[in-house]
Amino acid sequence: MEKVGILIEFKDDGIKKTNYGVITLARGEERELCALVLNGKGALCKEQLQQYGIRMIIDITAEEGPMQWNPVKWARAIVNAMDRFGISTVCGLTSPQGKDVLPRIAAILDAPLVMDCIDVDFGEHQVKKSQFSRKTIATIKAVGNHHIYGIRPNTIEAKSAPCKAEVVPFQTSVDSERLDVKEIKRSPFKGIDLTEADIIISGGRGMGNSDNFSILFECAQVIGAAVGASRAAVDAGWAPHTMQVGQTGATVNPKVYIACGISGSVQHFAGMKTSGLIVALNTDPEANIMKNCDYYIVADLFEIVPILTSQLKTVVTSL
Amino acid sequence: MKIYICVKHVPDSAAKITIRGKNQIDEGITFLLNPYDENAVEEAAKLKSQIGNSEVVALTLGKEDALNTLQSALAMGADRGVLIKTDDRPDSIVTARALKAAIEQDGKPDIIFAGKESIDSEGMQTMFRLAAGLDIPVAVNVVAFSLNQDHVLVECEMEAGIRQVLQMALPCVIGAGKGLNTPRYPTFMDIRKAKKKEVKQIDLESLRIETSSGSMEILELKPAVEQRQAKELKGQPEEVVTQLIQVLRDEAKVI
Repeated sequence: MEKVGILIEFKDDGIKKTNYGVITLARGEERELCALVLNGKGALCKEQLQQYGIRMIIDITAEEGPMQWNPVKWARAIVNAMDRFGISTVCGLTSPQGKDVLPRIAAILDAPLVMDCIDVDFGEHQVKKSQFSRKTIATIKAVGNHHIYGIRPNTIEAKSAPCKAEVVPFQTSVDSERLDVKEIKRSPFKGIDLTEADIIISGGRGMGNSDNFSILFECAQVIGAAVGASRAAVDAGWAPHTMQVGQTGATVNPKVYIACGISGSVQHFAGMKTSGLIVALNTDPEANIMKNCDYYIVADLFEIVPILTSQLKTVVTSL
Repeated sequence: MKIYICVKHVPDSAAKITIRGKNQIDEGITFLLNPYDENAVEEAAKLKSQIGNSEVVALTLGKEDALNTLQSALAMGADRGVLIKTDDRPDSIVTARALKAAIEQDGKPDIIFAGKESIDSEGMQTMFRLAAGLDIPVAVNVVAFSLNQDHVLVECEMEAGIRQVLQMALPCVIGAGKGLNTPRYPTFMDIRKAKKKEVKQIDLESLRIETSSGSMEILELKPAVEQRQAKELKGQPEEVVTQLIQVLRDEAKVI
């Protein structure tokens, strides 16, 4: 049976739920799924991982204990684990961490890598991904002795497939002589990550200023949504670049995308067009986004959003 | 210092993409310097003006019209250009090997800048392969950069609100993110001066790059169909919101 490694990502010590979509995609009769856990919490996440069909949890540690975050060390440790356990394919998320680790693994092994996959045929090693700002879907054939895939978060719905997992400790010694992680800086921002969110509420030029974004944050907080922004709002200095959705910002894939005061340029669509449901709220009925969405409301966002927030509060508390 | 910038000639993000044959696009559209590469060029030019006594060399791989993208890099401050000529669209493995060979043929790099990813193939890996080929460290999505003697300190954007601060020994590869700087708009004079700068053209074949056992081949390209039937939610604000909540609950099932 072919062994497929799944790089498990954590957020605040819990498993990111988007990992389960990756596991669901990789599952198959001819494949044995091995979770690659590097933060020393392999044993703790056994229950959750076996719920989705993971048979082996490789708990990768360094000689001194849990593997401290360092993208070079992580990549080298994963390569060592692949070698030790005979894993030829590794999947992870196309997340900031995945974008930092998966290409390093591929570069070490001189192996093919496809990032942002929306589908993978593990038998044929043919994958689908969007190219040209999500205007085309490419089918790519990956040839090599190893295969590395980054999966677009939220693309595959997680389905459970319970089994029994075994936790296998694997201690390995790795170095990173010329790249050191000096510090992890955390800004006071305590929101939900755009690429992980099920619901995103975004503001554009119609927001008018940075203070007005607070009405989006209030609404988002009620339903656990993330807040995004268009390039126009970011360029105006009303929102930080980390909030930008679009061509040169985050590419997102939520179940619902609510665009407030966003005209909907081609570049904005490049970042959010694969959203499940797009709702547009704009005073201009002619705005491009009003024709390319599922539902639109011609109204002033400053009138609608506060009502939405208060109605959502009622709905959420009655659940 | 010898500073290299790897740039890519990509279709304008606003251009309409038409597919030709099985896996090609109609190239009769506007192509330009990859947006993230603008940040790479800007940072290289800024660094040169800070430390002086440096040369900034822009490299690209592509057909002859990729010279336009080299001209943009030259207008933004690069001193010379190198075009690795090929009519193919090589994968990242070949591209990284070609860039490595061309850089090594040209000189000894101290810092190599590139955009964090290209907006056409969105491969997100060439700079990592280049760094591995040269056996030097690399950082991606760099939004703050400083040079100190024999090392650099960079901040890379991770999840929302989180940055990792990395120290890398020189030489190294920097994958520029959008937040790194604000790229300059070249003036008319900059553009004119750029036309006089040296651009060397080399054939990809002449670099005699090693083959790899790995490859990524585009078998097929298809337009992404995105058909949405826009429906208006109408009524008084309270009613509209009630309808929207119904949609969120019954159709999207998110609340």
